[in-house]
Amino acid sequence: MKVNRNRTFYYIKEGVISIFNHSLMSFASICIIIAFLIIMGSFILLVVNINAIIGELESDNVILAFIHENVSDSDARALENTIRTIPNVAGARFITRQEAYEQFIGRYDEEDRFEDIDYTVFRHRYAIYVDDVALIGDTQQALRHVPEFARINTNMAVASAFVTVRTVVGWISAVIIAVLLVISLFIMSNTIKLATFERREEIAIMKMVGATNSFIRWPFIFEGFLLGVTGSMIAYFSLWGLYGLAAGSVMEFEAGFFQLVLFSNVSVPLFILFAGIGFGVGVGGSGFALNRYLKV
Amino acid sequence: MIRMTDVFKEYANGTKALKGVTFELNTGEFAFLVGPSGSGKSTIIRLLIGEIAPSDGEVIVNGQDMDNIKMRKMPYLRRTVGVIFQDFRLIENKSVYENVAFSMRVIGASGKDIRQRVPYVLELVGLEYKAKAKPDELSGGEQQRVAVARALVNNPRLIIADEPTGNLDPARSLEILLLLKKINDLGTTVLIVTHEKPLVDQFSQRVIAIDGGRIISDGMDGYYNYEG
Repeated sequence: MKVNRNRTFYYIKEGVISIFNHSLMSFASICIIIAFLIIMGSFILLVVNINAIIGELESDNVILAFIHENVSDSDARALENTIRTIPNVAGARFITRQEAYEQFIGRYDEEDRFEDIDYTVFRHRYAIYVDDVALIGDTQQALRHVPEFARINTNMAVASAFVTVRTVVGWISAVIIAVLLVISLFIMSNTIKLATFERREEIAIMKMVGATNSFIRWPFIFEGFLLGVTGSMIAYFSLWGLYGLAAGSVMEFEAGFFQLVLFSNVSVPLFILFAGIGFGVGVGGSGFALNRYLKV
Repeated sequence: MIRMTDVFKEYANGTKALKGVTFELNTGEFAFLVGPSGSGKSTIIRLLIGEIAPSDGEVIVNGQDMDNIKMRKMPYLRRTVGVIFQDFRLIENKSVYENVAFSMRVIGASGKDIRQRVPYVLELVGLEYKAKAKPDELSGGEQQRVAVARALVNNPRLIIADEPTGNLDPARSLEILLLLKKINDLGTTVLIVTHEKPLVDQFSQRVIAIDGGRIISDGMDGYYNYEG
């Protein structure tokens, strides 16, 4: 496609002039985008951190598969290959009777109380880790079909609690983000509508002298683009700063309990998301607002 | 050129603005379209510039059937028609030069062409010394001359002037009509819509009179039945 440099320069110039001619509305639009993106970004970071915490806790949520007494030690060890073929299994660790016994008595202070117990009363077992805690029930069922296992123990209540927390947080965030997105689009659209309303005479003149719709639209699209991208970049770097401050306070207060996800771990996807939303809200809002005045 | 054949126009509210209008304006002609308020003059203008479509009949402007034109082609047709309005319709925050250059920019003219053509047209309408002025610094007559320059700058084949002297005193009105006649002498077809009979009488030209949505006379030498 041939690019007319004169025209492109004209579109950009007109877009920039319009931003300064309607400085109050431009300022309001940028503020709305910043507020929206900071709120949305905060929710995203909250969800990312909750997911990280859940992920950490999930790794402690293991299935214990007890092996029949009549299975030989070598056969019991060989079961690991069978376990790993089961879907959703992330890993399996073989625990001998001896280890199980030591773990048991290690939980209590009074070791002499259990000294009469023979470790052979304990069964060999596997601690099985899963990829997705939501599918732990299916994994448990599949393990029950392995004849060497006498019993499968899973803490389903804890597993389903994790799933519920993650689902609820996910839904709340999605609803809040959707509502904020609609509000932002509405405000951006109104901003551009006001700008086009003020310039309706100019648009009518443009139509009269033979301007195409795209010629009329481009300066407004540049205006929306500049407002959207400026707002999103300010929001991005503000969120980065605010998160750094918040992370510092949390670390100080909750030292050692959990580790906040580093901003740098999510900075690239968040940057792309912010830039994309800034672009979408700006350009989409402009296009939507203009349609009404172009039907002449 | 313009050809209207048995054109009817009924608006959504039931008003019958045109009731079988037929007339033709050939290339290079100069004509007045006269009639009282509500006679259908504005409807004819709106049909000619593609703002509305006829309910029935045929409207041809510069060879294009206005009822069958695709929306995406409308801007290109409008570039062949220069329109001048009673209220000038200038962009207030642009200078005289920019108002005229704007018409060229819209159609994708190069910077070099704009720099050559705009001063020439401003000189033609006698406003070369006001190029940097804003519309609110000009008199009514000067503003209308800017509008004429804007209509003229893309070298249209047809100029339609809708009450171009409505906001001007008699001397300035005559000046604008003489300017439009001068443009016509250079080869552009000109249709002037007006209700100012004394002004029309000054010219020995074709006059099309409309009343009640019908053409009531169409003749040369300033003759028409409308007692405006």
